[in-house]
Amino acid sequence: MLELTDLTVGYGGITALHGISLKVEQGTIVTLIGANGAGKTTTLRAISGLVWAKGGRVTFEGEDITNQPPHKIVARGIAHSPEGRMVFANLTVHENLQMGAYLRSDKANFAKDLDFIFTIFPRLKERLQQTAGTLSGGEQQMLAIGRALMSKPKLLLLDEPSLGIAPLLTKTIFEQIVAINRDLKLTVLLIEQNANLALEISHYGYVLETGRIILQDAAAALRANPKVREAYLGG
Amino acid sequence: MHWLQQLTNGLALGSIYALIALGYTMVYGVLRFINFAHSDVLMLGAFSAFYLAPKMEAIFGPQSAIGALVIIVLAAAICAAIGILIELLAYRPLRKRPKLTVLITAIGVSLFIEFTCQHGAVFGAATKPFPKLLPTRELHFAGIEMASNDLLVLVLTAVLLVAMWFIVQRTKMGMAIRAVSFNEQAASLMGVNVNRVISFTFGLGSALAAVAGIFYAMRAPGIEPLMGVQPGIRAFIAAVLGGIGNLPGAALGGLLLGVLETVAGGIPGVSNYRDGIAFAILILILIFRPAGLLGKAMIEKV
Ligand SMILES: Nc1ncnc2c1ncn2[C@@H]1O[C@H](COP(=O)(O)OP(=O)(O)OP(=O)(O)O)[C@@H](O)[C@H]1O
Ligand SMILES: [Mg+2]
Repeated sequence: MLELTDLTVGYGGITALHGISLKVEQGTIVTLIGANGAGKTTTLRAISGLVWAKGGRVTFEGEDITNQPPHKIVARGIAHSPEGRMVFANLTVHENLQMGAYLRSDKANFAKDLDFIFTIFPRLKERLQQTAGTLSGGEQQMLAIGRALMSKPKLLLLDEPSLGIAPLLTKTIFEQIVAINRDLKLTVLLIEQNANLALEISHYGYVLETGRIILQDAAAALRANPKVREAYLGG
Repeated sequence: MHWLQQLTNGLALGSIYALIALGYTMVYGVLRFINFAHSDVLMLGAFSAFYLAPKMEAIFGPQSAIGALVIIVLAAAICAAIGILIELLAYRPLRKRPKLTVLITAIGVSLFIEFTCQHGAVFGAATKPFPKLLPTRELHFAGIEMASNDLLVLVLTAVLLVAMWFIVQRTKMGMAIRAVSFNEQAASLMGVNVNRVISFTFGLGSALAAVAGIFYAMRAPGIEPLMGVQPGIRAFIAAVLGGIGNLPGAALGGLLLGVLETVAGGIPGVSNYRDGIAFAILILILIFRPAGLLGKAMIEKV
């Protein structure tokens, strides 16, 4: 469904990604693990068009989408829940969810999809008319994911959904990711500091180290891999 | 003069400042810089009306309400196009550059428009009498004397302010403007075409400036290419006073400044220091409320 081929991205003088290649098959959850600064966020930003790829290719459903502007990439069915959540703090929760559905013309289904978001994150329903800036960090994360889902994407890019969130809430969010993947057949590319958790729910995984992919395997195999255990799973 | 009289005069002038201030504040919201050329768009609005007036008079007859409305709408449309063009040609190529670069470019654009228009082949530097778009009458009400034009300005501005509120708070484009103001990248991830939103913002702000320019010209002795400078500065102060980036703040700041100017103008010996007083108040308010009267210091959770 999504394929990166020899993707190179740099910021000014520094190269953040040295030609990485990876594949995300339809219907799967794929995880990208790696230390701080490995280039995980950069990878997602290159897919959704927020940073410029110097070289290589991004293909989605067989079409080259390299370096297209973000709004065109969203229109193809890729939603990105970015690092740091980036919810619109000046908008209400409801408006944030409307922003998620910005490109959709099927107004009739808006209420239905909103209800679906509330079944996975009931907390959002109680906060609907509140400005998003007043939400707790965990609630903002739910909103960021809910907002991304409102675009009815085919592929969901999730950047560290557990960052700064209590373990219990993280568990809820991860359970919901699994449910969404299973029930909606939504493909997910997940970045996560908590590699253990990420590999637990994923089908396949890639290990990124300073801008290069050094390992890739089925998630279960990665979890059993001594090298991965030592470096990313705390021994 | 009666204080109520002062107040109504001040509100009439202030509502014009408010219209101009909205343009400053909206553009600041989406691009985080002060568009100094905004005051010149106001002037171009007045000149558009100046050149349109005889043509409309030929069609609709002298001082007809329809003719005035058509003039205002056409001038607003012309200025919207000019505003969009200024952003496209001067500011968009610098989008990724430091804000100081853009700010200085804005000053450059402003000077360019002013001096081009002063050229004899364009408008010329001399003051021209502004045509009477509508018949004027003195209205008397509860001891207040008011020119019918002033009342009209006040009412129309109130209508425009409500319309602006509606656009920004209740339409999809308005929501996109607010989203872009908060975080351009996040907005683009929702599918918002950021360039289109910025163009719309410039168009809308410039259209309001054109209307304000015409209203201002209706009260002024005449129009000339530098006529936008003074109201432009006042409106800029108003926008900062109210909290730059904040729409109700800009409206409030404009009204306050208009009232202040009128009141100060009525006190002998003080009237010459009007601008000084305006700036002093701005500085005082910014000391105690750095984000302006209605501006909120944004708290961003990380
Ligand atoms: N805007 C930027 N300007 C310059 N360098 C950047 C920028 N963004 C990222 N980098 C650099 O690119 C490299 C990869 O960063 P990236 O954010 O992709 O890492 P990451 O794997 O997501 O890390 P983390 O786990 O800390 O979020 C880092 O060395 C970082 O310093
Ligand atoms: Mg990151």
